[in-house]
Amino acid sequence: MLQVIGIPDTDALFDEIPPHLRVAGLDGIPETMSEMEVSQLMHRRAAENKQAVCFIGAGAYEHHIPAAVWQLATRGEYYTAYTPYQAEASQGTLQLTYEYQSMMTALTDMDVSNASLYDGASALAEAMLMAVRANRKSKSRRILMPRTVHPAYRKTADTIVSGQNIELVEVEYDRNTGTVQLDAIQQAAGQDATAVVIQQPSFFGTLEDVDAITDWAHRNNMLVIAITNPLTITVLKPPGQWGSQGADIACGDGQPLGAPLSSGGPYFGFLCSTQALVRQMPGRIVGRTIDVDGNEGFVLTLQAREQHIRRSKATSNICTNQGLVVTASTIHMAIMGPQGLENSAAACHANTRELVAQLSTIPGVSQAFSSPMFHEAVLTLDRPADEVLSALAEYNILGGYDLGAEYPELGHAILVCATELRTEEEITAYRSALQTVLEQEQETRQKEIA
Amino acid sequence: MSEIPSELRYTKSHEWVRNEDDGTVTVGITDHAQELLGDLVYVELPEVGTEMAAEDAVCVVESVKAASDVYMPVSGEVVVVNSDLADAPETINDSPYDDGWLIKIKLSNPDEINDLMDADSYEAEIEED
Repeated sequence: MLQVIGIPDTDALFDEIPPHLRVAGLDGIPETMSEMEVSQLMHRRAAENKQAVCFIGAGAYEHHIPAAVWQLATRGEYYTAYTPYQAEASQGTLQLTYEYQSMMTALTDMDVSNASLYDGASALAEAMLMAVRANRKSKSRRILMPRTVHPAYRKTADTIVSGQNIELVEVEYDRNTGTVQLDAIQQAAGQDATAVVIQQPSFFGTLEDVDAITDWAHRNNMLVIAITNPLTITVLKPPGQWGSQGADIACGDGQPLGAPLSSGGPYFGFLCSTQALVRQMPGRIVGRTIDVDGNEGFVLTLQAREQHIRRSKATSNICTNQGLVVTASTIHMAIMGPQGLENSAAACHANTRELVAQLSTIPGVSQAFSSPMFHEAVLTLDRPADEVLSALAEYNILGGYDLGAEYPELGHAILVCATELRTEEEITAYRSALQTVLEQEQETRQKEIA
Repeated sequence: MSEIPSELRYTKSHEWVRNEDDGTVTVGITDHAQELLGDLVYVELPEVGTEMAAEDAVCVVESVKAASDVYMPVSGEVVVVNSDLADAPETINDSPYDDGWLIKIKLSNPDEINDLMDADSYEAEIEED
C-alpha cells in the first residue's frame, strides 16, 4: 500500500506533525497479542467476577429488564452504534426516536424532549448552558447547585460549563433532613442568579420540597432545572408539575429504563423542556410531518440551530444522540407500560423501606436523615464505612456506596438501595451479614484495647 | 429584482436603517436578504435596553434553511423591538421594509449613520455578490 501511494514508510504519513509533538511510545501498553490470546485472557479475567447481591444505587440501578428488550434492540434493523444523519435515517429509526420523545414528555410532563444525550451528567451541563442562553433577564451566569445533587454530576457540569464563565454556587443541605432548604437557596442566590438545579429524589434518596423551590425561583426570574430518575416520576410528581408553572428543563440519566449496569455504561441522558425553550435545546429532535402526497412521515426538525448549519453559533456541539440505548429504552418502556413502570418504582420504594427498617435495628446503625425517601437512604455506621463494605463483600453483598470521600461531614455513612429485584431473603441476609460484621469488628477492637 | 427604497441606508450585511430624525433609527433586513433566506420561521429579538456597538450580533432570524445573525448597523441602545414578529415571523418576508421591521435603536453617535451605504451603493454591492 505504501508503494501505491508513493511513500517510503508509515512514518512518512506523519510528516505533517513536527517531530517533537509526536508520542514515541505509551507507558503501560502491553505487547501485541493474538485474538486467541486476548480471548483466553478475557475469559480468565471474566471468571474473577463474583455474582454479588447489589444494594448500591447512587446513580445507576439494577432493574429487571424483560428479555424481549435487548432481543429486539439487537435486531439488524436497529443494531448499530452509529447515529444516522437525516439523509441516511430510515423512517423506522426516526419513528422510534419520535416515540421515545413522546414517552419522555409523557413521563416528565414537559412539552418537548430531544432525541437523547450521552448521559445524565452531560445532560445536566447542557441544561445549564440552555438556561444561561435562555434567561436573558439574568446577567450573572450564576447557577445555584445544592450539594444534594449527585457529586459526579456536579463535577462533570463544572468541567463543561466553567470554561464559559458560568459560576456554580454551592448550596449546603440541612443536616437533619438531608434536603436543601429554601432559606439556604435564597441566601446563596444573592442579587441575581440565572437558574436553580434541583434533584428529585436527591442524591441521598430524600425528597426535596420541589414545589416551594420552583415557585420561589420563578418569582425571582430564575429558571428551574430538574434532575430526576425517570422511573421514580411514575410515582412522584413529574417535573412538569412542580410548583404552579412546572420546571423549565428536566434532565437525568435514562439508565433505569432498560439499560443494564454493565460496569458504568453506555447509558443515555434525557433532556426535556418547555415549548418556550425549544430553540435553545441542544441535540436532535425528530418531528412528525406530512409529505407532498399527504402521507405521514418523520424528519429531523429545528435543524437550523445545529452546527452543520449554524457553525460556531450552534446551540451546542452535540449533534447526535445515544441511538442504541435509546432504542432499548423505548422498547423497555413500551413493554413495561405505564402501570408496569409504576409497579416497579413502587416495589423499589417498598423494598428500600424494608431494608432500612431491618438494618436500623442493628446496634450502631441509624438512618441519617429524617426526610421521606424514595428508593435510597443514607445510613450511618459506628465503624469506618470502607472496612464494613469490604467485609460485606466477603459475604457476596455489595452493601452500599461509601459517602466518605464526598460527604466527610456525615462520618461513617453509606448510601443504600434495594430495587424491585431484591428479595426478602436477600434483605434478611444483608441484615445478618451486617450484624455479624459489626459485632466481629466490635470484638476485634475490644481485643486490641485489652 | 429586489426592492431597495431610496430613502433608506444600508449595510453590507443586508440590514436597512431608517433615520427617524429624533435620534433613533429603525432597523430591519432587506428584501434581498429575506429572498436569500427563504421562509422565515423564527426571530430572536434582544431585550429592550440592550446596548451594543455597531457590527455586534443583535438578532437571529431563522428560516427553513438557515439561521443568521442580524448585526447592529450603528452603535446604541435597543429602545423598541417588534414583538409582533414572535407569532408572525413571515411578516419579514411579506413586508421587509414596513411591518417586518426588527428593532429601533437610540444612536450613541448620530454621525455613524453617515457611514452607511445609500441605495445606489447597496444595489451595486448586491450585484457584485
